[in-house]
Amino acid sequence: MMKEMKRPERGKSLFRFAAPQLFYPLAGALAPWFAGAAAVLTIIGLWLAFFVAPTDAQQGEVYRVIFIHVPAAWMSMFVYLIMAFWSAVGLVMNTRLSFMMARALAPTGAMFCVVALVTGALWGKPTWGAYWVWDARLTSQLLLLFLYFGFMALTEAIEDPRRADKAGAIIALVGAVNVPIIYFSVKWWNTLHQGASVSLTKAPSMAATMLAGMLVMALASWAYTIAVTLWRVRPLILERERHAEWVAAELDALEGRI
Amino acid sequence: MLYAADLACLKGDRLLFRGLSLQVAPGAMLRIAGPNGFGKTSLLRILCGLAHPEAGEIRWNGRSIASDRESFHRTLLYLGHAPALNDLLTPLENLRFACAAAGDDVDEDVCVDALVRIGLADQLDLPARVLSQGQRRRVGLARLFLGIRRSLWVLDEPFTALDAAAVADLATTLSDHCAAGGVVILTTHQDAPFAVPPTVLDLSEVAA
Amino acid sequence: MSRTLGPFAAVLRRDLLLAWRGRADVLVTLAFFVVVVCLFPFGVGAETNQLRSIAPGVLWVAALLATLLSLHRLFAQDHADGTLEQLLLSPEPTVLWVVAKIVAHWIATGMPLVLVAPALALLFDVEQGALGVLVLSLALGTPILALLGAVGAALTLGLRGGGMLLALLVLPLFVPVLIFGAGAVDSHLSGTGADAHILLLGGGLLGALALAPVACAAALRIAVE
Repeated sequence: MMKEMKRPERGKSLFRFAAPQLFYPLAGALAPWFAGAAAVLTIIGLWLAFFVAPTDAQQGEVYRVIFIHVPAAWMSMFVYLIMAFWSAVGLVMNTRLSFMMARALAPTGAMFCVVALVTGALWGKPTWGAYWVWDARLTSQLLLLFLYFGFMALTEAIEDPRRADKAGAIIALVGAVNVPIIYFSVKWWNTLHQGASVSLTKAPSMAATMLAGMLVMALASWAYTIAVTLWRVRPLILERERHAEWVAAELDALEGRI
Repeated sequence: MLYAADLACLKGDRLLFRGLSLQVAPGAMLRIAGPNGFGKTSLLRILCGLAHPEAGEIRWNGRSIASDRESFHRTLLYLGHAPALNDLLTPLENLRFACAAAGDDVDEDVCVDALVRIGLADQLDLPARVLSQGQRRRVGLARLFLGIRRSLWVLDEPFTALDAAAVADLATTLSDHCAAGGVVILTTHQDAPFAVPPTVLDLSEVAA
Repeated sequence: MSRTLGPFAAVLRRDLLLAWRGRADVLVTLAFFVVVVCLFPFGVGAETNQLRSIAPGVLWVAALLATLLSLHRLFAQDHADGTLEQLLLSPEPTVLWVVAKIVAHWIATGMPLVLVAPALALLFDVEQGALGVLVLSLALGTPILALLGAVGAALTLGLRGGGMLLALLVLPLFVPVLIFGAGAVDSHLSGTGADAHILLLGGGLLGALALAPVACAAALRIAVE
């Protein structure tokens, strides 16, 4: 069915998929809106976090780091899932844009991993008395960061873009299958080895304002991720499609503007 | 019949060719010509299904090779640049493995005969690492003398490093294969005494 | 022998024969395993109780590293000499001969580690009752490492700096195997029983056997393109 539909295009254009050409201006148009939303949501979220939310009875002011830590940890996992999703779409449908989306997402996911790890360590020092405790969540987060590094290193190491795309997609999918297994095994290992009893996410009993602050920050990180990914995918599209006529026209226009 | 329509090949940054169409009927021999770097090997690999074209499609006996890989590869014999020899195995072991891996059931005697015919009678039991370049290539070529029923032969520079007698023998074998209704697609830099001169496709004429 | 199993048997036989003719490589892997394990007492001190408690982890980490070091050999030679192209042109299912290559690789590199491990465990004064669990956990776990590692080896085939990249790709994936493998011996020693760990390793092996060869076959097709 798909094949029958695609056939008429084939004679006309070398590049079967018109999607990147349509997506390029769309991404350019949407990105500023998401960036704006991210900025506004971050300001509201931080205001809720630092001025509205009450001080925690047990942990004092330190707990406020969860407003950054938890959304970042959530986001780092979502981004990996979305990467795996685009990779699967790319491998099944053979759409280039999907691979480019996966590659544009990876640095943001790794960044959120780092944010979650650093804020976790900063919270850990006063609470556990050590910057790092082999807590199940932190350890899984660290392994997730390694998976991001692996994906990025592999796609950078392969020069042929098509091989890089597909190889990256395979390792993203293999990683996605393994993430739950890694999480489960680390948790199991942690309970056997008497890990930390206080957990960063469980500790404070949630007041309504805390929850609100956390959700606003989560939305902010979604908006940020979308904006940054759209911006990052645009040059990728230009680079990959440089043999297509529309890219030449686009580049001429860009040069004219400068 | 091999039919390819509107093929394009992108190698790294360079578009090697585009809009390339070809058709090879049973009994025909096609020689891909063109200077180095114009994509002769890339085209052969695309025709074999080892590499994917940037655009276009290939059909073997009316069926797309991408959708029906296994039955296409059952009729294909490809000999590439690398002779697919392991240095630790003897020519005979290498040849028998190549047949078994391809799913062909071939007797040891037939393999020995083919190796003797191509001039490796004295090297049958030596490890492949002591063979010369020409001898290594011949081990790969020996698969053509086994009488296996595979109708499409795709050969990348089969004549390099062969002496005149071996060139003539191979040319006769290829001509016989075509006469029996098979298809040969090859690249070569040198002239060989074919019974019927092959059709030539010059890649420098279709280059992008 | 059925037709479809032809390439499987041919690849298995050839790779075992090659491992035998190139047995120096196999011995290097084994020697690496032994030397790494023997380094630990110099690093952490020769106090018997401490050695006894770290023994399962040390043996498992050393086995994991030895496996990792041998992985790049899995497809490299076949890739360089063109055999991989010929195998990919075989009309039989790719997954079959991929499994054959991994099995042959494990017999040549993984199995010797499993067989030597009990002797090394005695150097750490591990009680003899736990040796059986150690061997079983390694026998179930190292094939998983080989299967997962094969995917990484196929993805990094022919790349500059492929060895380091391979390590970066597969080491995070090895963590669950390490946890359950070393954990099996630990929990046997602590008296809670290793059944759950062994069952999970067995399940992991089945899962890896079902999924990894498919990913590996896809990665090999991409690598020769």
